[in-house]
Amino acid sequence: MRFNARIAILVTHIRPEEKLLISAFQAHGIEPDVILDRDLHFNINDDASQLAPNGTPWNAYALVMERCVSTSRGLYATAILNAWGIPTINRYATAALCADKLHTSLALARHGIPQPETRLTFTTDAAVDSIESLGYPAVLKPVTGSWGRLLARVNDRDSAEAILEHRETLGDYTQHVYYVQEYVNKPQRDIRAFVVGDRTICAIYRTSPHWITNTARGGQASNCPVTPEMNELCVRAANTVGGGVLALDLFETPEGELLVNEINHTMEFRNSSAPTGVNIADEVVRYALTQTLEVTA
Amino acid sequence: MTSHTALCPECEADLILPANVMQNELIACPDCGADLEVISLSPLEVALAPEVEEDWGE
Repeated sequence: MRFNARIAILVTHIRPEEKLLISAFQAHGIEPDVILDRDLHFNINDDASQLAPNGTPWNAYALVMERCVSTSRGLYATAILNAWGIPTINRYATAALCADKLHTSLALARHGIPQPETRLTFTTDAAVDSIESLGYPAVLKPVTGSWGRLLARVNDRDSAEAILEHRETLGDYTQHVYYVQEYVNKPQRDIRAFVVGDRTICAIYRTSPHWITNTARGGQASNCPVTPEMNELCVRAANTVGGGVLALDLFETPEGELLVNEINHTMEFRNSSAPTGVNIADEVVRYALTQTLEVTA
Repeated sequence: MTSHTALCPECEADLILPANVMQNELIACPDCGADLEVISLSPLEVALAPEVEEDWGE
């Protein structure tokens, strides 16, 4: 099938992932328009016929792939585009759930997806109580944020009080929402699973001697075979936030259970195609084209 | 493959960029490690990349 609709890719700048996606679109005969989030200027009182920064009317696009490294820009842009009826990957509703750990946890809990024990409190005293109800060590996370920023493993009451006082004193209001999780004693690795549509296309182990295993923090990627059970769990978890193109972080418990820890809506995958042998960018583009055709048919 | 060259704005090292380098692509200076952004392809021009912001991530 020949694809004639126009596609835009919305970026903060071009990283390896965006370059791979653009190449994958080109391999399908599509030249996506690259739009920089720094150039955006939306007139909220006007409609989708207004021009994008490149002079193309927004409603000329059959799909906008949101790849902003800036979470806030990506969220607001997709909120506006979806309100105008322009399809995006991912959808705003999905991104908004994934961008906030509490909303992700709520969605997972509502659908019975296994996840680490999680508590939410609003004062430092209540936070200490919630940490002690889980037992030391516990993990204190900001509800928003990525790349392992400001995660704290709380090993004892002294460190709990110190970290909470810092958050109370130095943080903005979002740091005064205390999201606490049990510390999962994982085997020096976690699993990053890539869900595209209704399939877990591949997964990697992220191995690190540090308890934070993000590849952005030095975790080493290696292939993790996707079992039917893992695929089923990941697809079910992805669907709790609306599905799309998502990267799930899974923990293996000492008992062998898989817990869903996070769902990322603007996934990084530069280190994951080589160990898995899966052309992730091509999988994403194939899915995008299917979605676009469904929407524009 | 032909290549383009530019000067690193941080350390003035000669940067050799591949022919398929893209407008607004992020690159790292191999000499000083500075994160750079290609701000123009013709003529080839690079600038220091924006600092990582609090809401950057996946």
